[in-house]
Amino acid sequence: MINYSVDSDGIATILWDMPGRSMNVLNEGSITAFADAAQKAVADEKVKGVILTSGKDSFIAGADLDMLLNTDTSDATAVMNQFSQLQRMFRAYETGGKPWVAAINGTALGGGLEICLACHYRIAADNKKAKIGQPEVKLGLLPGAGGTQRIPRLLGFGMAQAMGVSQILIEGKDLSVDEAKNLGVIHEVVPADKLLVRAKEWLMTPSKEAPIKPTWPKAPNAVDARAVQPWDRPGYKIPGLPGGQIWSPAGLQTFIGANALVSAKTLSVYPAPKAILSCIYEGLMLPFDSALKVETRYFVSLLRDPVAKSMIRTLFFGLQDANKLVRRPKGVDKQDYSKIGILGAGFMGAGIATVSVQNGIDVVLIDRDQAAADKGRQHVADELDKQVKRGRLAQDKRDALLAKVTATADYAQLKGVQMVIEAVFENREIKAEVTKKAEAVLGVKDIFASNTSTLPITGLAEASVRPENFIGLHFFSPVEKMPLVEIIMGKKTSQETLARALDYVQKIRKTPIVVNDSRGFFTSRVVGGYISEGIRMLQEGVPAAMIDNAARLAGMPVGPLTLNDEVAIDLSWKIVQQSQKDLGDKYKPSGTEDGAGAGRGREEERRRRGDQEAAALRAGGRCCALPGRGRFDRSAGRRYRLDHGSGLRAADRRHDLADRPGRRRQIRRRVRCAGAKVRPAVHAAQAAARHGGQGRKLLRQEQGQSRLTFRLIVCGKGGFGRPCLLQPQ
Amino acid sequence: MVEAYIYDAVRTPRGKGRKDGSLHEVTPVRLAVTALEALRDRNKLDTSTVDDIVLGCVAPVGEQGADIARTAAVMAKYSETVSGVQINRFCASGLEAVNMAAAQVMSGNSQAAIGGGVESMSRIPMGSDGGAWAVDPAVAMPMYFVPQGISADLLATKYGFSRDDVDAYAVESQKRAKAAWDKGYFKKSVVPVRDQNGVEILAHDEHMRPTTTMQTLASLEPSFKGQGEMMPGFNAVAMQRYPEVERINHMHHAGNSSGIVDGAAGVLIGNKEFGERNGLKPRARIKGFASIGSEPTIMLTGPAPSTEKLLKRLGMKTTDIDLYELNEAFAAVVLRYMQKLDIPHDKMNVNGGAIAMGHPLGATGAMILGTLLDELERTGKGTGLATLCIGGGMGVSTIIERM
Repeated sequence: MINYSVDSDGIATILWDMPGRSMNVLNEGSITAFADAAQKAVADEKVKGVILTSGKDSFIAGADLDMLLNTDTSDATAVMNQFSQLQRMFRAYETGGKPWVAAINGTALGGGLEICLACHYRIAADNKKAKIGQPEVKLGLLPGAGGTQRIPRLLGFGMAQAMGVSQILIEGKDLSVDEAKNLGVIHEVVPADKLLVRAKEWLMTPSKEAPIKPTWPKAPNAVDARAVQPWDRPGYKIPGLPGGQIWSPAGLQTFIGANALVSAKTLSVYPAPKAILSCIYEGLMLPFDSALKVETRYFVSLLRDPVAKSMIRTLFFGLQDANKLVRRPKGVDKQDYSKIGILGAGFMGAGIATVSVQNGIDVVLIDRDQAAADKGRQHVADELDKQVKRGRLAQDKRDALLAKVTATADYAQLKGVQMVIEAVFENREIKAEVTKKAEAVLGVKDIFASNTSTLPITGLAEASVRPENFIGLHFFSPVEKMPLVEIIMGKKTSQETLARALDYVQKIRKTPIVVNDSRGFFTSRVVGGYISEGIRMLQEGVPAAMIDNAARLAGMPVGPLTLNDEVAIDLSWKIVQQSQKDLGDKYKPSGTEDGAGAGRGREEERRRRGDQEAAALRAGGRCCALPGRGRFDRSAGRRYRLDHGSGLRAADRRHDLADRPGRRRQIRRRVRCAGAKVRPAVHAAQAAARHGGQGRKLLRQEQGQSRLTFRLIVCGKGGFGRPCLLQPQ
Repeated sequence: MVEAYIYDAVRTPRGKGRKDGSLHEVTPVRLAVTALEALRDRNKLDTSTVDDIVLGCVAPVGEQGADIARTAAVMAKYSETVSGVQINRFCASGLEAVNMAAAQVMSGNSQAAIGGGVESMSRIPMGSDGGAWAVDPAVAMPMYFVPQGISADLLATKYGFSRDDVDAYAVESQKRAKAAWDKGYFKKSVVPVRDQNGVEILAHDEHMRPTTTMQTLASLEPSFKGQGEMMPGFNAVAMQRYPEVERINHMHHAGNSSGIVDGAAGVLIGNKEFGERNGLKPRARIKGFASIGSEPTIMLTGPAPSTEKLLKRLGMKTTDIDLYELNEAFAAVVLRYMQKLDIPHDKMNVNGGAIAMGHPLGATGAMILGTLLDELERTGKGTGLATLCIGGGMGVSTIIERM
């Protein structure tokens, strides 16, 4: 696991090479083995210096998340002891009096980077694929093995350096080797084949400095200067700060700005960025060993906070499960895709075409006439051109990708496709017609998928001669950027069709969730419930700004009213009309299916007002603002600006109603109601992510709640500074 | 309870708080000594009858540090038995010092005490004393710290004031201050600052811009827009505490906010026996005072609840007050107070305020109390109230009654 060897020059090499794994990770086994090796190297008098490296393509990928997720955090003292082990071990070799070199051959993330930071010199191979960073924050944690202390001490924390430090620690950005070198995280970059040679050469070159007396406790009088970190040297000052002092004008300004920035970006929803900033602030005023204790205390507080566990469960395990097709029925051969057909060359159809060709699939793009089909092909060209412009795609490759798109009005061209995705208007008759036309050309095994956002699949499949091959593939707009695809099982859809549809979603590198059939499926019901609760509160007189801001403060990336604007009020109207037509008396407004909000005779009135509002919007041609009072004003230079500044009526201002405890409580209660709407949605999302079609049933069983799950389900990877509910990433 | 009387109130003129301000060359100790000497000399005080000196100072570091009140007492050649204490209640420090001095007298523990304050903002800039509030992430974030200018703009937005409203208020403040100076209304209190040879350094408030009009103010850019909207984005911090405010309208600037100035003030307070012993006639009685905490992010709403608290305790109504002095930290603070308590503008800051004359943080509270007393005497009115908004979300109010 950890290979330890000493050569004739007295240079020890500690080589990480965990058997049976593609990457090295920090888990209980490897930590114990490494601790043994490190201790041996420090204790062995023959050893003059140590090289730390890896036998894999990457260096060390970080800590084992299972270990973190399964930690019993009830006893804070015990957790502190457990999670300060790494710090103590790193500190032991950092202050062991011998020079250590990290020979970083590839990716070093999280604890894998911290292990290097405790070495006295860091050399990296010029490996373009290598990622260097501290991504802990993205999972609600902080680098708990000295990272929050060594990085700012290394880089400094004046205004100029704070940006770099916060990129690494607070944004959790992965750096390339060159970026890491430029920021000062690593000292040298050398060709991969020279890595170990150079590491040994550094160790064999005697220091030009005289031996020094380090500042660590009980330090000997004279230690090889190469084996003393900057922060262990007498007279060390935090770079970038006058006198190394946080309580200097520059230090104060940096923290005042950083506090506001973190607060503004996280809206105080994420505890980790704040904890990291506190580690820096408190730690940089302390001697190194006391600072490490502060780091551990904050680390444990995050580990004990449900947010981190939710983030790990959702953003790591849940997402990984979904991407690994955990819901794929077994025993079905993997289907590769070389050619598909898309019916409807509008915005959605063209978007699906773009992601398909980008992932190596030929596309037959069909619309009712050649001009309409060509327009869709032009969309693909435009999207590819954007990539070219940004330098992400070569011109010749762009031409080759575009050549994969055949735009036509001729259904006969569908010959030889493995799947057809229908993306025409949300109208049952049109959908039935194109289904028939396409199936006339398709083979018996080919899949017919509908990109409907609301119409039940079972009903649409009635137009099909092969309903077992009929499935829902619900994409989100813009397709190029939205990572989620909702897969809907009709009553007659076969397991084989599901398996093969999942293979397609994986091929185009999207994240699938699998749900059973119902009106609005899963995502539209969640989003619908969210939006309708927002509108309901607006109708009840809660200020529009309060509704949207409160939603964001509850962790939602976009408020329900803004979201309604973005998906277009017009579309909501069409969906409501179609639902009413289909269901007649059984129709209930979205979000009230379970009887929520019913009773007290208010629901009827709300519905009436809601319908009036929608009708007025349509009559006024204003799909995105209420007439008169107005929900959003797109004319004010910004896209989404609420019309009425403070959201309070003049009478409220005069009497300060919003400041009166009663009024405030009332608003909060309403806002919480939005949260209550979100919560079942979140639970359902969580359940659906892990259990697919049984999601609805498992809804009530899911105890843990996580607002972050919604973020995953509707928008894939989230994270600090990347709000993305139905938003492009 | 022993009655506490105001026997005298003095202040220095306010110098521009910049390197080219007339009082920049004067040390803060010297400013405080000027006020203490004036109280001593004008009243031919036996200073050994004064028990304590309480001075407000908001940045008590550097040459304002180490208990400047004691240093000033000794330097002003008060009896060595007169102790000194420096206090900090941010912008209301000067009034708080008066209240504490009065409390000593009312409780019977002191016969007389001086309350006042000093601030040389040109020499010790605002914020020099640091503090965890804005800097420590574990404090700043849960408290939703925003700079005071953001709070002022938030206050204006939330309560519906426009740029024209705040600018119009500022123009009026300048007009009133000019008229008051022209008519000599401040003569009774203002003592010139002199050098060691007795040569006058400054005898008038030099921050005033009496030619200010709506047009000249209109050319000023809002001062806090950048802080709020760009990096680092304090508006998004404020939104977390005030989600009902969709966006903050930035409208405060140097012309409708209080001026940064240097100055000092002192108010002599004593019981009846103290007056008799020194042959002094009380000018006013301190009816009561109250302090209160308010929401810290909007920060500047404290005056109204502190006034309500005090009126309630004294069994009074706003209409019982003849004149109000509310520190003009920002125009919106005064507009909101008048809106909330339904106070007519002709009872409020009738001789202008800090927008025109400046706000030497530690001293202002004592200064406006003196202004209030002078105006009650000049107009023959009976009852006045002085109040200030305070950093961190507080308010202090004091009611005096002319004798």
